[in-house]
Amino acid sequence: MSPHSCVKIRKEWDIVSARQLGREMAKKLGFSTVDQARIATAVSELARNIYLYAEEGQICFEVFETIERKGLRMGAFDTGPGITDISQVMQDGYTTSGGLGAGLPGVKRLMDEFDIQSEIGQGTQIKTVKWVR
Amino acid sequence: MDKIVDLDIAHYKTLLKKYIVTQDEQSLYGVELVSKSFIKNNILPEEIISLHIQALGELYPDINLDVKHSMDFLLEAMISYGLALQEVQILREEQFALKSEISVAASMQDTLLGTTIPDVSGLDIGVISIPANQLNGDYHHFVKGNDGSIGIAMADVIGKGIPAALCMSMIKYAIDSYPEDKMSPKMILKNLNRVVERNVDPSMFITMIYSQYLPSESKLMYASAGHEPGFYYNAAKGTFEEIETEGLILGVLPDTDYKQYELEIHDQDMVIFLTDGVTECRDGERFIETEEVLNVITEYIHLPAQELVTNVYKHFERLQNFQLRDDFTLLILRKEV
Repeated sequence: MSPHSCVKIRKEWDIVSARQLGREMAKKLGFSTVDQARIATAVSELARNIYLYAEEGQICFEVFETIERKGLRMGAFDTGPGITDISQVMQDGYTTSGGLGAGLPGVKRLMDEFDIQSEIGQGTQIKTVKWVR
Repeated sequence: MDKIVDLDIAHYKTLLKKYIVTQDEQSLYGVELVSKSFIKNNILPEEIISLHIQALGELYPDINLDVKHSMDFLLEAMISYGLALQEVQILREEQFALKSEISVAASMQDTLLGTTIPDVSGLDIGVISIPANQLNGDYHHFVKGNDGSIGIAMADVIGKGIPAALCMSMIKYAIDSYPEDKMSPKMILKNLNRVVERNVDPSMFITMIYSQYLPSESKLMYASAGHEPGFYYNAAKGTFEEIETEGLILGVLPDTDYKQYELEIHDQDMVIFLTDGVTECRDGERFIETEEVLNVITEYIHLPAQELVTNVYKHFERLQNFQLRDDFTLLILRKEV
């Protein structure tokens, strides 16, 4: 396992590969079973967004260690249409996929840190961190 | 907080152990209480599954691996439920905030649109106006002129809730700016029509009936802008007649003239103004007949005007299972010698 690995998302099957890589890294880092499951669910949400709304993108993982703590960095990068109104997609109850997706607010809850940037016509970058407790 | 949770976790394990041995109801009741405490402390479903797995591992160090895997599988299935639960909690808090904001708006509306029944000898007036939701889209207002005349406005914004309520405030302040006792009902409607036409969204309509009572002449002058027709009760004959009203709804055309009518009122005669929330009450799926409104009024006709309108309202409130579908406003004016 390299400290930095990515999975390209082009088809639905790639979501599973991304989940798997995320879970393996989480397990090795010493995350609890619950947190492993949360990370995997966050991967699903981000990867599915790429699969549904962007032509192409990737999910990247990186082990992140400081003296006091260690964690997993996860990023989602796509070259899709971008998000017009980020405040709106970050609102609870707003989802374009019929209400069952956890959406980006869900990802924010599953992870400890969350940041998003988007340019119309250029794509979206989401960076998240989960710390080992 | 964390201490309580730790205690609950310990308790959960003890209860689980006891239940596996005895399958007693007491342990089940115990876990019900623990579960409530978990909910109170925002413990998510996946965390409870995790706790369960942990407890099982401690109780049975050599637990069947298949069972253990099945529990991990269950935990995975609960993650989305946990997220959905957190979302619902946030939405519930937002709903609560909205509700209290609306109730502040409602009490502000009461203050803004407040009006008092003028005390005029020889005239008994009763009025009741109840919104279907928190904010009222019906409006009524009394004006006592310097010449002793009484102006009575009643209006209904087609639609309910916040837009209707906002619109009403505008109407009230427009009327307030007129020297009512010097303006006839038809002139007031003509002016208001212009205000509404200029300022209100074209999809919003307002109906209004404006009347002016001259005690010295026992004469009621009125004009209507598409408002629900009221009734005149002829005490000598004991009959109700629909008041003649003709006039375009406010805000449709920029320059509209309104027709003014006159009615002579004798002792014990009544004039009844209302909004369609009264005439369009529903009994189940059936709209009530106008006849029924008049029958109920007749039933309480011996009472003073205020008690009369209150009793009519109570009748229809009950008929509709205490859930008004539209704002309800009923005003009765009775001449007494």
